[in-house]
Amino acid sequence: MIISIASGKGGTGKTTVAVNMALALGSGVELLDCDVEEPNAHLFLKPVIERSERVEVPVPLVDLEKCTFCRKCSTLCRFKALAVVRSKVLVFAELCHGCGGCRAICPEGAISETGRELGTVNFGARNGIGFINGQLRVGEAMTPSLIKRVRAAANPDLITLIDAPPGTSCPVIAAMNGADFVLLVTEPTPFGLHDLKLAVEAVKLLGIPSGLVVNRADIGNQEVFAYAEREGLPLLLSIPFDRRIAEAYSRGKNIVEEFPECRQQFRELFRKIETIIQDKNGAVPCAK
Amino acid sequence: MREIVIISGKGGTGKTSLTAAFAALADNSVLCDADVDAADLHLLMQPEIRQRTDFMGGCKAIINPDLCTGCGTCVELCRFGAITGRFEIDPIRCEGCGVCVDFCPAAAIDFPVQRCGEWYLSDTRFGPMVHARLGIAEENSGKLVSLVRKEARQLAEQRAVDLILTDGPPGIGCPVIASIGGATALVMVVEPTVSGIHDLERVVDLAAHFKVPGMVCINKYDLNVEITEAIEQLARLRNIALLGRVSFDPAFTRSMVEGKTLFEYGEATATWQQVRDIWAKIINSPSMNPLGIVDFKATIQ
Repeated sequence: MIISIASGKGGTGKTTVAVNMALALGSGVELLDCDVEEPNAHLFLKPVIERSERVEVPVPLVDLEKCTFCRKCSTLCRFKALAVVRSKVLVFAELCHGCGGCRAICPEGAISETGRELGTVNFGARNGIGFINGQLRVGEAMTPSLIKRVRAAANPDLITLIDAPPGTSCPVIAAMNGADFVLLVTEPTPFGLHDLKLAVEAVKLLGIPSGLVVNRADIGNQEVFAYAEREGLPLLLSIPFDRRIAEAYSRGKNIVEEFPECRQQFRELFRKIETIIQDKNGAVPCAK
Repeated sequence: MREIVIISGKGGTGKTSLTAAFAALADNSVLCDADVDAADLHLLMQPEIRQRTDFMGGCKAIINPDLCTGCGTCVELCRFGAITGRFEIDPIRCEGCGVCVDFCPAAAIDFPVQRCGEWYLSDTRFGPMVHARLGIAEENSGKLVSLVRKEARQLAEQRAVDLILTDGPPGIGCPVIASIGGATALVMVVEPTVSGIHDLERVVDLAAHFKVPGMVCINKYDLNVEITEAIEQLARLRNIALLGRVSFDPAFTRSMVEGKTLFEYGEATATWQQVRDIWAKIINSPSMNPLGIVDFKATIQ
């Protein structure tokens, strides 16, 4: 089961919800931090990191001895990562998406591949909770590729909780695509509502069932709640604003540890999600 | 022409609220919202849109089933797993590299350019504004960011405005890289939390990588004074100008609910003065006045 925790707007509490849900459920869960540009879940889960893997995207390496400067590679490349200038081939590795088109089209077999570092994928655990995160190399732009690597490393036998990046563009899609459920976290403010609407559009496009957590539920106004009702977006949890929670968060402390009575609420949240997924699967007619 | 880009690394630290407050304090500026996939600045600026233009981003492959022979060349070559066993292309997975298009022996694959969003030229009560809306689930956010920044520069030139205020996106990836290249200075808005300081370090690394000068402003500083001091220490260590501290103030949320900037809501508070002092520091900073000449426009065109 894969649950992706997303939001549209940043700083609404995705990591808080993901980490607290993981802690409340305990073993059998694997938390994937797919906010690879700014991964934070490790600061709260505090896992022991057991190993790290450097991941790369393939980029072309041109053998100038074999190259006839025919320009087939630079003509093919849609990302302008190759340029042929007289008897030189310039490779702009940072622009390369690693599609391998240049290598496939080179009639001389002059192009092989080397790697450009995307970042690292780190593996760890805490109290039986599995943990994987990605850390994008500073200066690297291809966030979705690293997110896909993090997701590919997940153990399919465990419950996967994904801490997604903010926004609604390709990195978020990479963190939601193929999930069984998207849990949207927002705050009841105009910014929170506006970006929630965009996130809901993205979830609809992917055809994934979703539900809502409203964080700092008593700041702002009531419009988020009205919107959720209109959309038929089930409100699964409200977390009130409490300066003690904000201060605990600032120190890297978790709600379920500081306020153990909340543990039950995060378990309950998971159970509601499980029920929605089961209902949805039950409602789909069997394949013939 | 000077451009201040407001970024943060971590989301939700107050970039947009502060950008709007700065807009209210700036004499004469062009506003630019570079957070194109979750743009919010317009909610405070209520821009009157003067011109809308389609944003044409990358291309996506489409297989024409009438021409497809099912040879499987495309499936073999596609590194993004975007082609299904039934020779259909999953637009979500398609990277737009066009390799399948070029290699299809039956020339059965089209590669139409996609409309990936829209961008706007608008007027607001604080001056002109350039903003955009990236289509849901679209790629090319970096390209759209570069476009809105370029348009903002052109607009500023046309109207002889010397200052651009750009609200940046969170993170350190493609849209952020596109937001900071060539900027005069970055204002990094950070909150004093373990995640805030962690994310600030990465955004500082990014600024150093692209050699853009940075300044830091600590929002909601009183949530954790210890981490606020750690951030100030870090700023000194990394040669980032310290702009000051802003209190945790519910007035930011209340003014947002009204669609107003901090200075248009309620009575003057201590927070107003903090933000004013920060703005004065930004505008008078050495990175904004590299030659020590405040009247920039008079000397350099």
